[in-house]
Amino acid sequence: MMAIQRAISVTALTRYIKKMVEGDRHLRNIWLRGEISNFKKHSRGHMYMTIKDAGSRISAVMFAQDNRQLTFVPEEGMKVLARGEVSLYEPYGQYQFYIKEMQPDGIGHLYLQFEALKKKLQQEGLFNPELKKPIPKMPKEIGIITSPTGAAIRDLFTTIKRRMPQARITLFPVLVQGEYAASSIARAIRLANELKIVDVLIVGRGGGSIEELWAFNEEIVAREIFASKLPVISAVGHETDFTIADFVADLRAATPTAAGELVVPNIIDIENRLKDRTEQLILAMKRRLTREKEQLDVLRNSYAFKQPQLIVRRKEQDLDRMIDRLEEKTRALVRERRQNFNHYQKLLSKHHPENLLTQSVKDLRQMSERLRRAMRVFHDRKKSALAPLITGLNALSPLNVMERGYALPFKDGKLLKTVHHLTPGDDIQVRLKDGTVDCQVRGIEEATENG
Amino acid sequence: MAEDHQNQVGEIAEPTFEEAMAELEQIVRRLEESDVPLEEAIDLFQKGVALSKQCHMKLQKVEDQIDRILSEDGTLKPLRFDKEDDE
Repeated sequence: MMAIQRAISVTALTRYIKKMVEGDRHLRNIWLRGEISNFKKHSRGHMYMTIKDAGSRISAVMFAQDNRQLTFVPEEGMKVLARGEVSLYEPYGQYQFYIKEMQPDGIGHLYLQFEALKKKLQQEGLFNPELKKPIPKMPKEIGIITSPTGAAIRDLFTTIKRRMPQARITLFPVLVQGEYAASSIARAIRLANELKIVDVLIVGRGGGSIEELWAFNEEIVAREIFASKLPVISAVGHETDFTIADFVADLRAATPTAAGELVVPNIIDIENRLKDRTEQLILAMKRRLTREKEQLDVLRNSYAFKQPQLIVRRKEQDLDRMIDRLEEKTRALVRERRQNFNHYQKLLSKHHPENLLTQSVKDLRQMSERLRRAMRVFHDRKKSALAPLITGLNALSPLNVMERGYALPFKDGKLLKTVHHLTPGDDIQVRLKDGTVDCQVRGIEEATENG
Repeated sequence: MAEDHQNQVGEIAEPTFEEAMAELEQIVRRLEESDVPLEEAIDLFQKGVALSKQCHMKLQKVEDQIDRILSEDGTLKPLRFDKEDDE
């Protein structure tokens, strides 16, 4: 038979099947869900297991270079999600699942939820660093939202009280895991904001599995933290656990203990700081005073202040010298003046006014004598010239004419020289040698030319 | 107890410890500058000493503050961790 003659080897068949499987792109990259059994980790680091579910099973291998990335330790019976490809292991003729990455099942679902919510809230701006409220530096009233029975409250209590005994803690007890945890936490945040009895809020819990921490990845908690007027410090689980609450909170503390250290300063540090400042204050003032004093000393020690006696002494000397000079000058001046005085006195005595007076009196007497003599001569001469004149004057007097019978006519006190001034009836006076006659004109007869 | 807090909030006039500390630091800085007139420096120093005292008092003042827990009926009750304190 042709068929029998054409029989192929097992190896060839296996290779053929392998080629077919590897050629199918649907088998190249698949997510497989199942439960781990027959788990074995080889000394060289590779992991071997069977992944099964209720109906079937498949051999699986995860090589060392891939399983180093695992964030959990695979265990017998663990439900997992594994990504990888299907191939054939020729020596056994066995098809196998080659795992590239693996995570516990259920968490994969949560993980996607976490990423989706984180992305959504980030886009909404709930993580915006500019919206973070400052944490008070020395809060007196600290609100803690956590389980009253967990490790977190003890750690927080101890840490806060050790650092700052003055701080008062108010605990808002909540459920931190389980179905009602998120709503319980959200309600407590709201309540704390309404009561306004604390300065700052710490929201958190101790370490646990991702499911146990899940409440802090819930949207209602995130939104309540964002809406809080009080600054919120998140303190969830361990250092490696990041929750949505951590992103929204104003400050993330890695652990509850870390939150206790962040929320209050160490009182000893504060006291030391105050002591330092006070010392600095005193030192600064001392330094200042020292400097001022030094400056004052410099001024005091300056020539003028330190050696005032020297200056006075020198000035005294100057003064003495000047007085000497002044006296000398004065004496010289007096001497000179005296000489001048003597000279002028001599000159003056030569011109004494008494001499002048004596001379003047003599001159005056002579002058008076001469004047008298001249006057006498002048008088005599004038007297002798006057006698003939008086004789002549007597001859011309109208009285003398009237002696000889002439009369003088007057009208209104005026001497009449012509008849033209008269009209008949005028009153006239005629003066004679020995009296006056009142007359009236009776008629006027004008004399002829040769009359 | 909420009233206590409101009273504290009401006392705006009194500076907080941090404010007083900040002012004290500023005074120290100013004093360390040489260009402050001496009279002003003395005033600053006196104010600094007062602030220092004030801060010290605040630190010393351990008020009778009992830690509290909000109980289910909405009232605040004293909170104690006696066992831990004794350890």
